[in-house]
Amino acid sequence: MATAISTSASGHSRAALREPLWVKAIVFTLGIGFLSLFLVLPLVAVFTEALREGLHAYFASFRDPAALSAIRLTLVATAISVPLNLVFGLAASWAIAKFEFRGKSVLITLIDLPFAVSPVISGLIFVLMFGLQGWLGPWLRAHDIQVIFAVPGIVLATVFVTFPFVARELIPLMQEQGNDEEQAALLLGASGWQTFWRVTLPNVKWALLYGVILSVARAMGEFGAVSVVSGHVRGKTNTVPLHVEILYNEYNFVAAFAVASLLALLALATLALKTALEWKIQAARPSLEPTAVEG
Amino acid sequence: MRNLFKRHSVLPGFGLTLGWTLTYLSLIVLIPLTGLFLRTTTMTWSDFVETVTSPRVIASYRLTFGASFLAAVINSVFGLLLAWTLVRYQFPGKRFVDAIVDLPFALPTAVSGIALTTLYAPNGWLGKWLEPLGIHAAFSPLGVLIALTFIGLPFVVRTVQPALEELEAEAEEAAASLGANRLQTFYYVVLPALLPAMITGFALSFARALGEYGSVVFISGNKPMVTEITSLLIITKLEQYDYAGATALAVVMLVASFFILLAINAVQWWFSRAALQGV
Amino acid sequence: MSIEINRIHKSFGAYQALKDVSLNIRDGELVTLLGPSGSGKTTLLRVIAGLEEPDAHPETAIRFHGEDVRETQIGSRQVGFVFQHYALFRHMSVFENVAFGLRVRPRRQRPSKLAINSRVHELLKLVQLDGLAGRYPSQLSGGQRQRVALARALAIEPKVLLLDEPFGALDAKVRQGLREWLRRLHDEIHVTTILVTHDQEEALEVADRVVVMNAGRVEQDGTPEDVFHRPQSEFVMDFLGRVNVFHARIEDGRAWWDNVPLDVPGRFDHGQGQAHVYIRPHELEIELQRNGHPAIEANVTRINPAGAVAKVGLMSAAGRDIHVDIPLERLEVLALRPGDRVYLSPRKARVFVPEYVI
Repeated sequence: MATAISTSASGHSRAALREPLWVKAIVFTLGIGFLSLFLVLPLVAVFTEALREGLHAYFASFRDPAALSAIRLTLVATAISVPLNLVFGLAASWAIAKFEFRGKSVLITLIDLPFAVSPVISGLIFVLMFGLQGWLGPWLRAHDIQVIFAVPGIVLATVFVTFPFVARELIPLMQEQGNDEEQAALLLGASGWQTFWRVTLPNVKWALLYGVILSVARAMGEFGAVSVVSGHVRGKTNTVPLHVEILYNEYNFVAAFAVASLLALLALATLALKTALEWKIQAARPSLEPTAVEG
Repeated sequence: MRNLFKRHSVLPGFGLTLGWTLTYLSLIVLIPLTGLFLRTTTMTWSDFVETVTSPRVIASYRLTFGASFLAAVINSVFGLLLAWTLVRYQFPGKRFVDAIVDLPFALPTAVSGIALTTLYAPNGWLGKWLEPLGIHAAFSPLGVLIALTFIGLPFVVRTVQPALEELEAEAEEAAASLGANRLQTFYYVVLPALLPAMITGFALSFARALGEYGSVVFISGNKPMVTEITSLLIITKLEQYDYAGATALAVVMLVASFFILLAINAVQWWFSRAALQGV
Repeated sequence: MSIEINRIHKSFGAYQALKDVSLNIRDGELVTLLGPSGSGKTTLLRVIAGLEEPDAHPETAIRFHGEDVRETQIGSRQVGFVFQHYALFRHMSVFENVAFGLRVRPRRQRPSKLAINSRVHELLKLVQLDGLAGRYPSQLSGGQRQRVALARALAIEPKVLLLDEPFGALDAKVRQGLREWLRRLHDEIHVTTILVTHDQEEALEVADRVVVMNAGRVEQDGTPEDVFHRPQSEFVMDFLGRVNVFHARIEDGRAWWDNVPLDVPGRFDHGQGQAHVYIRPHELEIELQRNGHPAIEANVTRINPAGAVAKVGLMSAAGRDIHVDIPLERLEVLALRPGDRVYLSPRKARVFVPEYVI
């Protein structure tokens, strides 16, 4: 296998950058071997276990009403949280990338904060806010509103864990792109909205989609945070990952892995889209260098 | 006032977008997080200390921090090898390998958890080979290490990879032309240039592992004092309606991860300053 | 349209980019703002366009055709602006870029699709890019992008055309061509134009009038001939063209460069003192012998005959480098060699006494 490897550095084969073949073989084997053992093998296991008892058993797992309701709840939580964070991401990146104001770097740090908070704690903070013993617990109880161990809590936790994705994709790109195109549009007579819709948004559309894809993947797959706020009521407050947990803990392995395979497929689709989008975003980066030849 | 805060711009919409940003940020992130810290004030200091230093909690720290640290070390080594392979070598399927590195980001943690458990269980694909050797992978601290290694790998690869791509081939060629062999070039030229990225990758991988829950709870077996991670302990306390106890542990973990992030920023600041001064 | 700029101040934090700048531009004029980076020329241009707000000051005014436009929305000022890096809309084709200003007009003022179509093609013809309407900015050369930016600015029938270092990012040959083309274009369409540049050759060649700026102030405002031949300050003298600078003394009402009395108009009535003398390389005469006139002794250090004139490098007895340009024919007559001792006399010189200019 190692014989198929050739050295490359910045597209050229450069003599000084070549290791002896045996070094290359070892580096390659260790690197790829580690990847296969730790990443590829678990992925293969998911599909193998799911299909262990054949296609019939596999598809039967999805006809379970509890599975269907888990899928429905996951879709609802995603459909609410992703658009909310999308609007937030657009607003935040417009304010941060297009204007100079004090405290900007603090604001950027605060937006990234949810990434520094572990999943369990992300759920816990909402239990402390809205739970029975929470700050708003007595008031909510008096008004017969249930947040924790109900759908609103799941949505809130999902919003929290996917909070920074869109903003953090857009901010650096929009900062790099600068304001010149927007200024040009305004000077040409465009209104603020026209400038946003016709100039700014098309320039960041791929990065926006990238952020949305990461948000969707995380929203559908979040386990820890949702687990804390859900209450695990089968058919009511179970998302897909929580349903997987329940099936697994009931030793219903085929069903657990069948449902898990759905999430694994989602992950693979995410990776494929992500890879496809990465070069599109690269192309949207500003290149100040004019081409050398005059045509 | 307006001039002191913000520079004039012809673009519209600043008030609206910044206003919405601050409102939404406060509602979703700042107020709930502040609530967490405020909740600890309902405990006395001695209660707090007692909670966060009880033997069962200390055992969970030892496991969580120890396994996270080891996983980050393993990932630093293999992450560097993988990044090197992806940047420097051409081989069939490279794009696939490059994409699959992010799998732990994309795969829901519950799925990785049950998949790893199945692989390393005594009768699993890998477990059945390890068991005769006396190695109990699943339901042991080793299982925790395996899960944390899985989820931390992309952090190292994705921070080292761009640094390696930016490394100028000329520097290595210069070293070679001055008579250095490949190993000397790697040790004196390449490694120092990659060090900031490797430290950052290590720290990110470590920080992520500290808070990990989903992929660990299945494989660890959750035996108190032995394979119980701190995140699980928080949930356990919550299920026993010990909100104060859960909050105390959460604050400890949160402060730990903030310090790690602070350290990452300090390291990056220090290296960029050193680079500017040509040290 | 005439532009009148009255007492503009502009600061960014503690930094003062413009310090009390006033300027009048007549209808149909092509004016260049010339100065080194940091001189405030781009800031002034952006203030005129409305992209920057001047500091509040009681007498500040920016009048287009006599009317103060400071409160006018920038989209309604009818200013065509060409950015230094063009700021083309990267996701739009050349056609869409040029059509943008017409398409975003309110429905009632918007030309029909057909009218937009023909207007864009007319403009692309004007900038010689008619065949490239479907291309994207990334597929164009620097010079082509420049011309798209110009066509886009012209599409809204601007009353004023503002160009920020329009040729700055292009290589020398392309610049020369575009510069001549821009001048011809201006003669054709006669729109009031302000062009910012740090390239003196560009400024002198293309403009009706040159405004030399330095450190946020206008140093001199005049025709290209004026600013080149009659510089009013050391800065202008220094910035425009190559020049030798020496120390001079004022004695008996005359300026002296070493033992050479300088023939400059007027008398120095300030008694004695120090001054600077500026002599252009082509204004120095080289002689092989003393011919009775006072002259400076110097040794030839370098001769470079590659060019329209020969460039001779010399060193004075006092150890200063002196640059002299002489016609190639003269070089042949003199038959100079490095090491030769020669005598220099200025045909023309300018003396600047601090705070007092001749």
